[in-house]
Amino acid sequence: MSVVRDRPARFVGRALVRHDAVEKVAGRTRYAADFGLPGMLQAALKRADLPHARLLRVDTSAAEAVPGVASILTAKDVPENTVWVDVPGQTFRVGALKARMNVLADGVVRYHGEPIAIVAAETEEAALAAVELIDVDYEELPVVTDPGAALEDGAPSVHEEGNLLASWQLHEGDIDAALDGAHAVVEQSYETQAVDHAYLEPEAGVAWLDSGDVITVRAATQVIEHFRDLARILRVPDNRVRVIAPYVGGGFGGKEDMTVEPFLALVVRRTGRPVKMVWSRSESLLAREKRHPMKLRYRTACDAEGRLVAQDIVIVADGGAYALLSALVLLYATTCSQGPYACPNVRIDARVAYTNHTPASAMRGFGAMQVALGYEGQMDLLAAELGLDPLELRRRNFVERGDTLAVGQTLDTHVALPELADRVEAALGPKPEPSVPERRVGRGVACNLQPYGRCVWLNDWASGWVGFELDGTLVVRIGVPDIGGGQASSLVQLAGEVLGVDPADVVIHIGDSALTPLTGTTTATRQLYMSGNAVLQAAGELREELRPLAAELLETEPDEVEFADGSVRSGVRRVPFRDLIGAAAKREVPWHRLSIFRAPGGDAWRSDASWRGRVFPDFTYGCHAVDLEVDPETGHVEVLRYVAAHDVGRAINPQSVEGQIEGAVVMGLGYALSERVVYEDAVNLTGTFAQYLIPTAVEAPEIEPIVVESGEGLGPFSARGIGEPPVGPVAPAVAGALADALGRRLTVLPFTPECVAEA
Amino acid sequence: MTLELVVNGRRFREPVEPHVTLLRFLRDQADATDVKYGCGEGVCGACTVLLDGVTVNACSVLAVQAEGARVETVAGLGENGWLHPLQQELVERGAVQCGFCTPGVVLGSLEAVRLGLAGDRPTIRRSLAGNLCRCTGYRKIVDAVEAYRDREGPAS
Repeated sequence: MSVVRDRPARFVGRALVRHDAVEKVAGRTRYAADFGLPGMLQAALKRADLPHARLLRVDTSAAEAVPGVASILTAKDVPENTVWVDVPGQTFRVGALKARMNVLADGVVRYHGEPIAIVAAETEEAALAAVELIDVDYEELPVVTDPGAALEDGAPSVHEEGNLLASWQLHEGDIDAALDGAHAVVEQSYETQAVDHAYLEPEAGVAWLDSGDVITVRAATQVIEHFRDLARILRVPDNRVRVIAPYVGGGFGGKEDMTVEPFLALVVRRTGRPVKMVWSRSESLLAREKRHPMKLRYRTACDAEGRLVAQDIVIVADGGAYALLSALVLLYATTCSQGPYACPNVRIDARVAYTNHTPASAMRGFGAMQVALGYEGQMDLLAAELGLDPLELRRRNFVERGDTLAVGQTLDTHVALPELADRVEAALGPKPEPSVPERRVGRGVACNLQPYGRCVWLNDWASGWVGFELDGTLVVRIGVPDIGGGQASSLVQLAGEVLGVDPADVVIHIGDSALTPLTGTTTATRQLYMSGNAVLQAAGELREELRPLAAELLETEPDEVEFADGSVRSGVRRVPFRDLIGAAAKREVPWHRLSIFRAPGGDAWRSDASWRGRVFPDFTYGCHAVDLEVDPETGHVEVLRYVAAHDVGRAINPQSVEGQIEGAVVMGLGYALSERVVYEDAVNLTGTFAQYLIPTAVEAPEIEPIVVESGEGLGPFSARGIGEPPVGPVAPAVAGALADALGRRLTVLPFTPECVAEA
Repeated sequence: MTLELVVNGRRFREPVEPHVTLLRFLRDQADATDVKYGCGEGVCGACTVLLDGVTVNACSVLAVQAEGARVETVAGLGENGWLHPLQQELVERGAVQCGFCTPGVVLGSLEAVRLGLAGDRPTIRRSLAGNLCRCTGYRKIVDAVEAYRDREGPAS
């Protein structure tokens, strides 16, 4: 590695054009729905019309009679209809979580839109007509819609085991004594809503039976490792299922759990024919997993200097009808709920309940972002109580390297929060005046911490292959799904850096569970960290294997060999890679390399409240500020300026880093101001993009990203992850700015014009 | 019924059901998979195409309404394998992430510049309001349109 580190990087750190961008802008990228095979069936789902009901009868006879219908599958046709969610390290309240959900509803439906049957037909028209003719007799059951109510005695049960899905408990220090002796205590409840990922590409895929009886599913997914889940559902060996992820049209966590894959695989198994399924937007809004709504109750206390002495936190999350990733989302919420602030006494009671809402699962920020509304709101309240500037109060409490969070994780890399706060403050300048006297301008700030990489006890690993072709060109093979963040192009940049090849000349093959080395999921802000390190390692090892041969050809010492410009060089001598690899092939020197990178492991959170330890590899920190103008009459909010600073350790591609920050801020603004999935008695009323309002270019402000490079992080070239972190501070920054403008704090998201006008 | 139209210079004469949208026809019968289905209700703009030179959401037009028309999609832009200058700006300025909205963004903003609706940045933003993007936060798209406008100037 030293050779790379000792000289300035050639490609890392530069805003290089992404190879995928060229193809995408020309319309050449074949997304999941842009693919087909001869003789392909079209599949559609019959979904539950009610949020909670017993299925007395599912009659498919009329549907089967529709001309062109090839096959209809219900629960009885699924070899293994139960998918288990298995989360190690659950707390004592629930025990190790082992929860189940069905591929197709069996006897009971628990949320509106739950899949009941799959129809496969020669045409889309026939499939949809048949879906309409599936006759379901329901016996309606009472619904439970509030997670708090769901946990009370006598609440209708979503599952036989009761409504408590998961729980994490922590008590560090002596909370009651600290509260009693505090200089100031502020107490406030906050509430967050269900939102949709709203990627532009709806869920889609094509599946077929390939050579060797391998059921192959090419689908929009963040996780090609679902081939194992599919094998279980089909009751076939793992090596008989293959998942391919083409370039994905946005994920944000919504394509982390399976979407179309099991349905497609089941139809292939049943019919032997290729099949395609594309969800409509209304289907996606209706039944795709959502972000967890959370009810937060915070009691926060400080001493006379404004230093935190106690955080007493209660979290009740709405997990919806099935477990999915709820337990882990709640774990992230629990560990991050104290915010990036040191505090000696912390008590956290976090629970997630089953309700009859759409299941909640992964979404950018993954539990760590909801709690920011709480911990940052508390900082604002304390600042007001003490007459301090909100950022100043935060400065007095920022965690530092060496501090230990309540959960027991010591922060062992640089914490850039003071610098981020300074940079944001300097960028903001004076608060603007209202454009007309009737309006008011407010300013808000918010900081956050967000983990990157998976929980240490999942013993995460990633593998990658880097190799030359005989003509000296470079290839990377790696199972990374690229969901739009530049996952693939960053790896090209890294391989090119190490081996001295212009990234524009490197080809990367990605996202195939059969043909590319598995590198894990594109989730948890882990991909640059994990697959980046795998590629860095593979490329570095390959370079070192070739170095002695290169030295021999160059008639020099190995230390003198430089890999640059598609060649090995020493002084004025130069051997192009074509000749080097040709020599390597003759001499049986390897010219490709498969490497595995393993993240640091750790022990799982054990079944008691006294457990303390490392949960995550590391964190990314951020500080945001917003100026906005409010019309108190109409409630209209206009974001005037938005500054967002994050320490990314090292920006592999600064343009991609900015893109992550800018995109996440606008996603956060939608969360803060307009987005909400609306339910009425657990019936999902949100069916179109005309109802579900993600920000357009008009609502999105001119964002100023500030990219700080501390040179410390666990990723390649000391990078930190940046995919999720910038979404967290947005809603609390907006809440602070609204409070500054209106003199009243809004605590229930989203802050729609109606809410703002009433405040 | 039989539909006759020209897509990116290629002539089609195809049987089509009266209920089929232009979007569906383009994707399923004219090999134009660069036209994306995003919402099917004329909100997201991912299916933006030029119909006789005017942008439409192809999901909200019936295929039969395009009888005799000239349809252009993003794949028809650029010449001899070179990107159109606006496409080049979008790529270089990092305005493409997942890329699913991009074909619609390209055609929508090209028209905005052509019609002189890309004056200052707020104006560019208004002209892009019919093209949703969930990845970029729009800033780099606005940068690219601004740069292209400066480079080309509005058509007279």
